[in-house]
Amino acid sequence: MSNTRGLFAGTQEKKRREPISNTNLLLTITVCIFIGMYALAMLIWGGGFLNPQQFFDIFNNNAFLIVISCGMTIVMIAGGIDISVGGITALVTMACVVYLDDHSGSVIGSVGFALGIGIAFGLIQGVLISYLEIQPFIITLAGMFFAKGMTTIVSAVPRTAIHEAFVALKQFRIVIPGIGSYGKAGNFIPARIESGVIVAIMIVLAIFAILKWTRFGRNLYAVGGNGQSALLLGINVKRTRFYSYLLCGLLSGIGGYVYLSHTGAGNASNATAAEMQAIASAIIGGTLLTGGVGNVIGTLFGLLSLKTISNIVIASGLREPYWQSITTGLMLCLFILLQSLILAIREKGSLQQLLSEWMKIKSKKNTEDLST
Amino acid sequence: MANAFKKFAKSQLAIPLFALLLLIVFNLIRDVGFFSLTITTNNNGNAVFSGNIISILNGASELAILAIGMTLVTASSKGQDISVGASAAIAGSVFVRVLRENQITMPIILAAFLASCVVAIIFGAFNGTLVAVFKIQPMIASLILFSAGRSIAYWINGGATPTVESPLLSYIGSFIPGIPIPTPIIIVILFGALVSLLLRFTNLGLYTQAVGINEKSARLNGINAVFIKLLSFTVLGVCAAISGSIAVSRIGLINHETILLDIEMDAILAVAIGGNALNGGKFSLTGSVIGAFVIQALTITLYAMKIPSTSIKAYKALVIIAIVVIGSPIVRKYALWLRDKLFKKPAKAKQTDENGEFAL
Repeated sequence: MSNTRGLFAGTQEKKRREPISNTNLLLTITVCIFIGMYALAMLIWGGGFLNPQQFFDIFNNNAFLIVISCGMTIVMIAGGIDISVGGITALVTMACVVYLDDHSGSVIGSVGFALGIGIAFGLIQGVLISYLEIQPFIITLAGMFFAKGMTTIVSAVPRTAIHEAFVALKQFRIVIPGIGSYGKAGNFIPARIESGVIVAIMIVLAIFAILKWTRFGRNLYAVGGNGQSALLLGINVKRTRFYSYLLCGLLSGIGGYVYLSHTGAGNASNATAAEMQAIASAIIGGTLLTGGVGNVIGTLFGLLSLKTISNIVIASGLREPYWQSITTGLMLCLFILLQSLILAIREKGSLQQLLSEWMKIKSKKNTEDLST
Repeated sequence: MANAFKKFAKSQLAIPLFALLLLIVFNLIRDVGFFSLTITTNNNGNAVFSGNIISILNGASELAILAIGMTLVTASSKGQDISVGASAAIAGSVFVRVLRENQITMPIILAAFLASCVVAIIFGAFNGTLVAVFKIQPMIASLILFSAGRSIAYWINGGATPTVESPLLSYIGSFIPGIPIPTPIIIVILFGALVSLLLRFTNLGLYTQAVGINEKSARLNGINAVFIKLLSFTVLGVCAAISGSIAVSRIGLINHETILLDIEMDAILAVAIGGNALNGGKFSLTGSVIGAFVIQALTITLYAMKIPSTSIKAYKALVIIAIVVIGSPIVRKYALWLRDKLFKKPAKAKQTDENGEFAL
């Protein structure tokens, strides 16, 4: 025992092992729970869960939510919140459909239009929040109201896109070679994913890289963790916050277009409560609303867990729609309690005490060494 | 006089009253008779007041009650409860459930209300426990009930949209015979008076502020911060029960999907327009109630301008942004700076004059 301690102390002098950061700890928990849950579902319910297409359908149906949640994660890491993402999504779908059909626009033009709407929202909200220091909740709530109202002003009735090039894009599927299921007649049906999924995955990777390896990304964590000390370190806090909202607006625009490419319809009730689902996935993925902690990979897994739970609820025979929201609520409750518990233990609990005790022993030994 | 005006301009109520004044002036310019009050006879043969003022005050009742509770929660816990709409739906469902299973008499209505209060307090305490004991941010903690609440309301009544009919119920929802003012307005006045008296004659108001401003120092001064936070959430639960019961009594049925939809957002807005800081601390109940009236006045104004109800949100958003931008400290500072720069010379001349006199 003393031998190992001595060995450990020896290595510690050379290279001190850093404890796992809060971000990584929460991420690990989420990933483990998702994998465990999916494996359990495969074992118990089998059937649909064994079909790879069902797994990919989670991506197909929620690609827009992945994109939006990435934006939400960025804003939440910087210590803010953006309620307007769902509203912007609805507005983008409607505006693009009207542009494509009534104004005979091109697909490229509509993509530009979607990005423009997103950037415009992000720009205005970012300026108001970071430079005029108005509470983010109020501004983005007003942004949501404005976007939803504008959607019905653009067109009061739901619209479906009939633009040829766009419909071709909508029906475009990417076949994943080698993965698939066997149909009833024994024929092989390969799994397919939509183009939006590729966009979503690329965005997740890009945001991951930005958060991990760029100065802007590290500034976001610093600003969200403690704005005052970030300011003292010479970080431009206001500009960092502004960029976080701008990026979130841009991602909402992209998310809106991904939504459109999935359903092909513009409707004021599109993406209802998407902002709450995005916040929920970010939280389950280990992002704290206080800011400074979080990761987009976690958010992705948070979203997957959320959707897997609702698949499990349906598979277990509770088909009434209200069960889904109740289980979502319960799951959120579980994760939130788990997070607060873990963070509380880390902050002042046994782990820290153990570490300090350990160091005490070491220091005593050091003094003994010195005295001899 | 000038001093009193300066004092008022600095007070918290300046923004909501200014917004209300702006709306009133705008409406008077648009239509002089907008605020005319008439006495009409309603279906039950009672002489009652009617007019836009009454419809604004009446329509804002639920919002005003929720805004009172939300102000306390905001002040003590530095966050907002976004589940009030869902809690109100649950409370309304319980109210309807009790009424449906009994002959409707006044004691039964009271019992139904008490039952809905108890249920709403339980849900309020659930949120409060998460916030106060587990130290979870209020918005996140209430996200749980926000996503599950309306489903629970649906489940309470077995999945239907039940109706309850009774003249007694319409006394609560519309008018008591002989009193020309809608009952919801009276309830708001009574409840507001009760809460403000409670805060004035006990230490609760002071304690709530203390916990909101600095929880640690409040605790070191012997205030039970956990209890204060929990209490504010239970009060919000009572508010949700009252507003849910009023909303049910108005139309005599409950639709769990649409009852008091989006009211949580409006309640938070009312708190913000009322000049309360959304990150806790000092608060003003009057400001929040005025904020609720501002929101309702805005809605009624937009309806009067024949704007379709679906697109009303867009205009509402613009007005809200305008109000918060005008109220933001940085804009105010800039406006003051601009004023000083523009009107610098006369002020300076006067000063030198005074100095000269003093020298003499």
